[in-house]
Amino acid sequence: MTTLSIENIRIRYGRREVIPGLDVAALQPGEVTALLGPNGCGKTTLLKAIAGLIRCDGRVMFDGQTFGYGDFAARARHIAYLPQTLPPTVHLRVFESILVARQATAVGLARGGDHAEVLQVLDRLDIGHLAMHYLSELSGGQRQLVGIAQALVRAPAVLLLDEPLSALDLNHQFQVMDLLRQETRARGMVTVIVLHDLNVALRHTDRALLLKAGQLVAEGPPAAVINDATLAEVYGVRGRVEPCSQGFSQIMVDGLVGA
Amino acid sequence: MSAPEVAVLQPADTVAGYHRLLGRRLAIIAVLLVVIVASLLLDFTLGPSGMPVAEVLQALFDRAGADPGSAVIVWDIRLPYALIAVAVGLALGLAGAEMQTILNNPLASPFTLGVSQAAAFGAALALVLDLTIPGVPQEWSVAVNAFIFAMLSAWLLDFVTRVVGMSTSGVVLFGIALFFSFDALLALLKYVATAEALQGVIMWTMGSLSRATWPKVIALFAACALLLPWSMRNAWRLTALRLGEDRAASFGVDVRRLRLGSLTRISLLTALAVSFVGTIGFIGLIAPHMARRLVGEDHRFYLPASALVGAVVMSVASVASKNIVPGVIVPVGIVTALVGIPLFMAIVFRHGGRA
Repeated sequence: MTTLSIENIRIRYGRREVIPGLDVAALQPGEVTALLGPNGCGKTTLLKAIAGLIRCDGRVMFDGQTFGYGDFAARARHIAYLPQTLPPTVHLRVFESILVARQATAVGLARGGDHAEVLQVLDRLDIGHLAMHYLSELSGGQRQLVGIAQALVRAPAVLLLDEPLSALDLNHQFQVMDLLRQETRARGMVTVIVLHDLNVALRHTDRALLLKAGQLVAEGPPAAVINDATLAEVYGVRGRVEPCSQGFSQIMVDGLVGA
Repeated sequence: MSAPEVAVLQPADTVAGYHRLLGRRLAIIAVLLVVIVASLLLDFTLGPSGMPVAEVLQALFDRAGADPGSAVIVWDIRLPYALIAVAVGLALGLAGAEMQTILNNPLASPFTLGVSQAAAFGAALALVLDLTIPGVPQEWSVAVNAFIFAMLSAWLLDFVTRVVGMSTSGVVLFGIALFFSFDALLALLKYVATAEALQGVIMWTMGSLSRATWPKVIALFAACALLLPWSMRNAWRLTALRLGEDRAASFGVDVRRLRLGSLTRISLLTALAVSFVGTIGFIGLIAPHMARRLVGEDHRFYLPASALVGAVVMSVASVASKNIVPGVIVPVGIVTALVGIPLFMAIVFRHGGRA
């Protein structure tokens, strides 16, 4: 079971320091962590640094092991990363666009096994009926599900998802989060998801990291991290976190701070 | 999850469907091979000398017993001419496919990014100013100059990708700048050229298979034979790259290294092809588009299909170049554009304007 921890990570884009030094205590296997924060606070940058797609100072450790920048194949054996963008509408069928996620750098199984893995993921995301469609024939939401399938099919120990719900309807958002939680627990994965919908974070994640200007403002169970004070400080809104009639925490936004 | 939108497809159906798809793609590749052989035979048997087919075949299979004139026409003119058309098509088709993938741009090709234009400038230096590499035999000087400049421009593209770390769209813009720079330099050379040298430059830039010789045919086929397997070893990685750089990297692909290998192959294939037969602009652009429509973008099929489509178009253009105007061999560069543009536009219009 892999844990993921971050030690004094620093990232610059040219002269601009996006992450000025950030530590995250070990994220545990079987837990879904929400990475939260306003636009431009460094969520995607941090996720990409963990995935090894951009250079950074400091250390990202998987069970105490670190990978250098450029160890793409070695890192990809442990980590799957879903970019924010949807899979482009290239001339590939859904089935082969997911198969390539395993074949681009072998993840250990023979070809027949890879076919079975792809079918299984398609089935779990309930997009088996789209298997032989071209990507260009799919809606944005369906392409997002294909992207999630590409990440899951690599059977990673660490799953990093950048806004995986942005193109999904309410029903699919709920079901995808449910599935991710099940998979995370069943496989003992460390899952980190960039989210903008704080209600989704409250309902579907085990832990939350709240960023502001590249710095960690709060860390812990979502209900503890998301509160009136952090809503005001980080998002600049006056809001309340209250239980709904079903007992789930919900955010009520009353207005902007100072308005 | 929610109810499927269409009839439920069983997993076994999906795998069977995928295997049928692979079978169909293999069949398309086989058909392309057959078309190349047929076109090659046609190219080989037709020519301005009006030699009967029986005489052509006799010269081919029994050189010693054939009429010496016929043997020379068949072995030293028609065979290298027909074969170099196929080899150039293979090289430019493969180079174009890889270029469009690594630069993620449907307009990328050795021609549009200035490699062919650089080669033309190199050739013009030899033809107009007699600037050649010392020690290179006279008959190879134009080709060697063209090769050097094609490699130079490909190396510049490589440099901005690798050292400057330019994005794919930046590389495409740089390529377009290269095209216009070498075009201007070529125009300058034409301006100062003598009438005789100017004619040579114009003929060279039109692209002609009549420069074919056996060493050139062998060199080009050898390059294809060495570089196609290298490309194929990267087929899955190149397919992953079509899904985006970040996605490919997250699958474990070292995108920078993949691009560099690809640019090396593109440079060699284009430089050889262009230096041997002159500027042939359209193949590297249209062959990948046609291959994409035929076999999709799984590069295990797309790369060989693009090479083969390039060979088909070149070979058909070669046949046409000898038969459009009776008794005259029209430069094949003109014919590829004339044959290729309608084909290309037909594909674009058929797919609603999407390249």
